[in-house]
Amino acid sequence: MTTKKEVKSVSGITVRLAGDSGDGMQLLGTQLTNTSALAGNDVATFPDFPAEIRAPRGTRAGVSGFQVQFAQTEIFTPGDTLDALVVMNPAAMVTNIQDLRKGGILIANEDGFTEKDFKLAKVDANPLDATVINDSYRLIKVPMTQLTRTAVSEHGLSPKIADRCKNFFAMGLVYWLFGRSLDPTLRFIENKFGRKPDVASANVTALRAGWAYGETTEAFGESYQVDAADLKPGTYRNIMGNQALALGLVAASRLSNKDMFYGTYPITPASDILHELTKHKNFGVRTFQAEDEISAMCATIGAAFGGTMAVTASSGPGIALKAEAMGLGMMLELPMIVINVQRGGPSTGLPTKTEQSDLLQAMFGRNGESPLPIIAPQSPADCFDMAIEAWRIATECMVPVMILSDGYIANGSEPWKIPTTDSLSHIKIEHPAGIEAGEPFLPYLRDENLARPWAIPGTEGLMHRLGGLEKENETGNVSYDPANHQFMVETRAAKVANIADRIPDQEVFGESSGDLLVLSWGGTYGACHTAVQRCQQAGHRVSHTHLRYINPFPKNLGELMKGFDRVLVPELNMGQLRMLLRAKYLVDCIGFNKVQGKPFAVSELIEQIEAQLASPVAA
Amino acid sequence: MSLPVLKAADFASDQDVRWCPGCGDYAILAQMKKVLPELGVPREKIVFISGIGCSSRFPYYMNTYGMHSIHGRAPTFATGLKSTRPDLMVWVITGDGDALSIGGNHFIHVLRRNLDINIVLFNNRIYGLTKGQYSPTSSEGQVTKSTPMGSIDHPLNPLSVALAAEATFVARTLDAHVKHLGTVLKRASEHKGTSLVEVYQNCNVFNDGAMAYAQEKKQRADNVVELEHGKPLVFGKENEKGIRLVGNHLEIVNRSDVQDDDLLIHDEKDPNPSIQMMLARMRYPEMPEPIGVLRQVEGVATYNDQINDQVALAKQKQGEGELEKLFHSGDTWVVN
Repeated sequence: MTTKKEVKSVSGITVRLAGDSGDGMQLLGTQLTNTSALAGNDVATFPDFPAEIRAPRGTRAGVSGFQVQFAQTEIFTPGDTLDALVVMNPAAMVTNIQDLRKGGILIANEDGFTEKDFKLAKVDANPLDATVINDSYRLIKVPMTQLTRTAVSEHGLSPKIADRCKNFFAMGLVYWLFGRSLDPTLRFIENKFGRKPDVASANVTALRAGWAYGETTEAFGESYQVDAADLKPGTYRNIMGNQALALGLVAASRLSNKDMFYGTYPITPASDILHELTKHKNFGVRTFQAEDEISAMCATIGAAFGGTMAVTASSGPGIALKAEAMGLGMMLELPMIVINVQRGGPSTGLPTKTEQSDLLQAMFGRNGESPLPIIAPQSPADCFDMAIEAWRIATECMVPVMILSDGYIANGSEPWKIPTTDSLSHIKIEHPAGIEAGEPFLPYLRDENLARPWAIPGTEGLMHRLGGLEKENETGNVSYDPANHQFMVETRAAKVANIADRIPDQEVFGESSGDLLVLSWGGTYGACHTAVQRCQQAGHRVSHTHLRYINPFPKNLGELMKGFDRVLVPELNMGQLRMLLRAKYLVDCIGFNKVQGKPFAVSELIEQIEAQLASPVAA
Repeated sequence: MSLPVLKAADFASDQDVRWCPGCGDYAILAQMKKVLPELGVPREKIVFISGIGCSSRFPYYMNTYGMHSIHGRAPTFATGLKSTRPDLMVWVITGDGDALSIGGNHFIHVLRRNLDINIVLFNNRIYGLTKGQYSPTSSEGQVTKSTPMGSIDHPLNPLSVALAAEATFVARTLDAHVKHLGTVLKRASEHKGTSLVEVYQNCNVFNDGAMAYAQEKKQRADNVVELEHGKPLVFGKENEKGIRLVGNHLEIVNRSDVQDDDLLIHDEKDPNPSIQMMLARMRYPEMPEPIGVLRQVEGVATYNDQINDQVALAKQKQGEGELEKLFHSGDTWVVN
């Protein structure tokens, strides 16, 4: 369907869809994202939903939102301020309106704004009537519930089911407004509701009715068009971080000719990795939903002992429970991957919100001297690469490797340039071969990486006993010898530290010297990169460097920081990376710390960069 | 080609055994080394996994693969290992504190999953390695280092717990009754599914004689009933006493007073664990305590079989996984 109204070309749009948890906003958002990605736009998303499955309907606590930016240029964030906001009820409106830019489009489901809804949202009067709203935004009131009911009446559905179609009506309207094709969503409806033909056709009707409403209503004079982005040539798909982690793990398993064991316990926001992996049993993936986090970790170690690619994942509270066993994994010197999809802490904290506050837990959250390699993906698509990288490091060094992801990139999505399988390098793993009984075998004899042999049960003559008690060098026998303990502690630490020799040098975006370096890590890449890009365009001598390898740090990091008068470390925590940098390099980094359960906005980073540039350099 | 014939000594590692002199653990170690050669499983195919505690040093003394893991968690390591390496014979060595206190959760779950492993639970009713605190199986009122006024905990019965989890093999034996011990260990190893063997094990340092009523030969006949499948429950020095089921409870009778047909016939194969639970609940001094196999039920799928069957089935249905196909699943688009 093509519009007969005027079409205005814009370079990008940021839109948020907000409604009740039961209103299907996540579905709407995902569809809009996929459709935009298929249209060739660069996309970035930010789903934001409550921890409660169904908080009381209509309340502020129950508001679920999905933000997407689609653009014809390369983008790295889901956008700061909204060009358009769709709200299904007053609770959604009052909790989201502050992010809509002045003059932005506000589409409200008028039928969701009744006296009862005001009471549930704890607002005194209809917020749509407020002068400030009407003066500040282009408010378009649409009686979506009524229009949907009328449109789908021919399908003879119960009013309850009919009302559920209203998110598709909203979708149709949004698609019209931004010139999106209905086809991908029509295909989706067919796949999803194919078994319930009446529901499927009602949703199709609602979708088309929404589109037609946009085309006919006088409220909209024009629609918008965002042309395809100039992305690198290749085949793309839209991917979420957790999904990318799962695919990366499967790829790593294939690249190393190993079956995978994934032991885990359900926890937000890591569970989707399990949901994805369990679909891929035909790749030799065995998933184990354990009775608790500790069991998940220990079963992972058991599988690693047996010679399998072993992986576990959790979030902060679960990682806390796994800590003792992770220490054992380090002591046994077996390869495995431990993923922490971080969320707001401490304790249960903010389960569905993002934070980077488990970095020090990853570094130091085990008893004794127990360093582990830590890497952190920088975006949803990067999760794929970092999963493979984790397994490469784990097997090269015989050590558990931690991946620090976070809720923001886990649930966020972006286009992923699908790699050709031959571009992925093989991960070489060797197990020592059997020997005659009686010949000596030294399970803790090390190679040039200080890795011990991965001798697996079933191999003749290599019988050995592992354990958490301190090992004697080479033999692995229990040893209480003081000098041996010091030697072993130092050796295990050196093994991890030496990984710095085999990871890429830290790169800088911008000049290698200047007034200020923004040094970030993990999921904040997009916002930091965009902020620095804009500051550079504004003529500031600012550069950006983003860490994906946290322990050990890349070798040139200390030298790199010396090129700048100031080092600004923005983090979604109270300064954890900054503490590590200061401790290691004695550099007086400046922190910019946010713990609101939300990602950085580009604007607040720019503001911070400019404020730092305006202040004198510390002596 | 025939397998080399192994002897008990072939299963001894080169490490010095460091349990206290007189500890019941020695007898269990000796019986294990005696039983393993009879199974015809090569040493490299056997793995011992333990938690923490005196008993958990066991793997260090066996010339097989082994892992001395962390407190209470041995069944979970075994789950990861056996699920991915069903070709291995896996033994879990644990104690009353390890399995029933800190590891209680895993103990229940491994049993209900019916992972094909053997668990040997050394029950000495005390914490030995931490030097004498009461354990979850210590008697009520027991005075220990941590209970100078007597324990106020009601003890846990591992057999009852195992039966409640509907474990498929549940047995009890005694470190002092080495022949019985060997037989039960062998039967456990032959069972497909999780086998739980509780061993009454004497801690001669911190809880000496706690189970003397069962361990000492002179007392044993009167205080222990040896279960045999299909046989009536009889005990006593002259086998003069029996157990019969009256209504919903068990009682001791003199065999001279009743017909043998009236005695309870032991049925370890009964899938319904109710009567086996009644046996598990027989406690000294009111009743003789059962030893032998309380329950051995066949035909229950094992966790390791099922997890691997699903992989095989997925390969059969979806075809062997191809990365190319996986990467391109869903909507894709091409940028030129």
